[in-house]
Amino acid sequence: MALLEVKGVTKMFGALQALGGVDLSVQAGTFHGLIGPNGSGKSTLLKAIAGAHFPSTGTITFAGLDVTAALPFERARAGLSLKFQITAVLPELSVYDNVLLALQAGQSLWSLIRSKTRRAMHDKVLGALARFRLEGRADDLAGELSHGEQQWLEIAMALAPRPKLLLLDEPTGGMSPEERRVTGELLLPIKSECALVIVEHDLDFIKNICDHLTVLDQGKVLDSGTVDQIERSAKVQEVYTSRV
Amino acid sequence: MLGALLIAPFALNAFPQLITLFTNILILSILALSFDLCWGYSGIMSFGQALFFGVPAYVIALVGRDLGFSEIWGTLPLAMLIGLLLSFAFAMFLLLGRKTPTSIFIALGTLTGAYASERLVSGWQYVGAGNGLSSIKLLKLGSFEFVEGIAFYFLAFGCLLAVYLVSRYLIRSQMGLVLAGMRQNEERLAFFGYRVQLYKAVVFSFAGMIAGLAGALYSYHQGFIGPGNMGPGLSTMAVIYCLFGGSGTLIGAVLGTLSIEAISYVLADIDIIKRFWPVILGLVLLLVVAFQPSGILGLFVTNRERFFSYGWRPGRNRAER
Repeated sequence: MALLEVKGVTKMFGALQALGGVDLSVQAGTFHGLIGPNGSGKSTLLKAIAGAHFPSTGTITFAGLDVTAALPFERARAGLSLKFQITAVLPELSVYDNVLLALQAGQSLWSLIRSKTRRAMHDKVLGALARFRLEGRADDLAGELSHGEQQWLEIAMALAPRPKLLLLDEPTGGMSPEERRVTGELLLPIKSECALVIVEHDLDFIKNICDHLTVLDQGKVLDSGTVDQIERSAKVQEVYTSRV
Repeated sequence: MLGALLIAPFALNAFPQLITLFTNILILSILALSFDLCWGYSGIMSFGQALFFGVPAYVIALVGRDLGFSEIWGTLPLAMLIGLLLSFAFAMFLLLGRKTPTSIFIALGTLTGAYASERLVSGWQYVGAGNGLSSIKLLKLGSFEFVEGIAFYFLAFGCLLAVYLVSRYLIRSQMGLVLAGMRQNEERLAFFGYRVQLYKAVVFSFAGMIAGLAGALYSYHQGFIGPGNMGPGLSTMAVIYCLFGGSGTLIGAVLGTLSIEAISYVLADIDIIKRFWPVILGLVLLLVVAFQPSGILGLFVTNRERFFSYGWRPGRNRAER
């Protein structure tokens, strides 16, 4: 059974149809890329999966649970984690506290009031920071980090609760070529921990790390398959050569 | 500040009216602090905080009048319990729905609650209607009665200190980190798996409990409680105290109450200023919100110093903090 199953999802914003009956299936332990021209519905689909938007019709099943109408916090508790397109680190908190906040999300309210897990989480926070090359910035405010570092911090935060599926919306947006290369290196090892759905405009980046690609165009699935299959797809080539 | 508050009643021994004034300030500081927990730490614009102050105050006044009971070990916890339950009932309605409530919905909901309650008691003879309840039985501990003066001052001071320390513990705990995160980006926290509205409801209820304690102390100290002590007027004062001193700081709420009440007292004898005092107060608040949103305290400390770290952190000692 697929980890994530999206069936016939539509999304209307007034009279505008952003998604027009999208199907998507993501297996555990795979990296799945969503590509397509601007306005094709990639981010809308990602937000519908994460719970930022509710689909107008269709169903979303995650880890065997129907999460179509579930709120974001319920989906997060089920094991879905999202990194927003626009960095959403908490700028007035330290880098350390940003990660701690993400890491302690599964704790009970009573446990948080007593600060019971603070010591136990310390090494995990430092581990998460070291993994994304941020160990030297632990005490800095998140708002003081460079754009690329904020993107890494946000990925570290999204990964901290050990999700079953990580949703990344343009993780390399605004990064330098060197930062993109490093981001690719940092993401590859997480394949052993969770599945990934990634929206990205940089096709070379996405081809290097993904197993499967789904191409969206005008809110519908244009094609879906392995990276090789998509590269050979005449439909995809037509869209990319004519509009991208 | 702690030292000044400790020696103040002895220094002012020759001026009993000033001890009364400072006792009142300490009590109102507890109310302001309860609003600070709501707004400064959880983003809940409670425009009806006086409701959780006034209702418990009325109840303990009635308990004294009808049952002849005013023992401190029974009445203060009772007032806190009523404040807690009443604010939790409001939280159930305003905060814990399926959809995330807007700030305006919460502000109007709490304001309406306070206004409706004020109107209700204004016309209810059993609770003294518009005249309120006066000659409230003195607060007692065995045979000792807390009359206005040094004893009541230290009782109010002890209560304020306890409320401050418990609140400080909460906001410095791991839960405090959640509140700090909520203050910056509520939506982001929901995507981590936090049920943000639950945290708000907990803080709102705790703040209601604190306001209940303040209400009980106020009614015993004044010997009176009236409809005006639970309506939008006092609720707005709590907002002003807190914003003036600096919201999201705890101590700013105390500083704001002290400043405004002390200035009001000094200016009370000057007729022309007395008449325009509410207008002046409104203008001061506008200026603070527009030009100094972090209040008086923000002039002296940075955000980093105000919030900083949460809970214990290995490898860092107090000096580093």
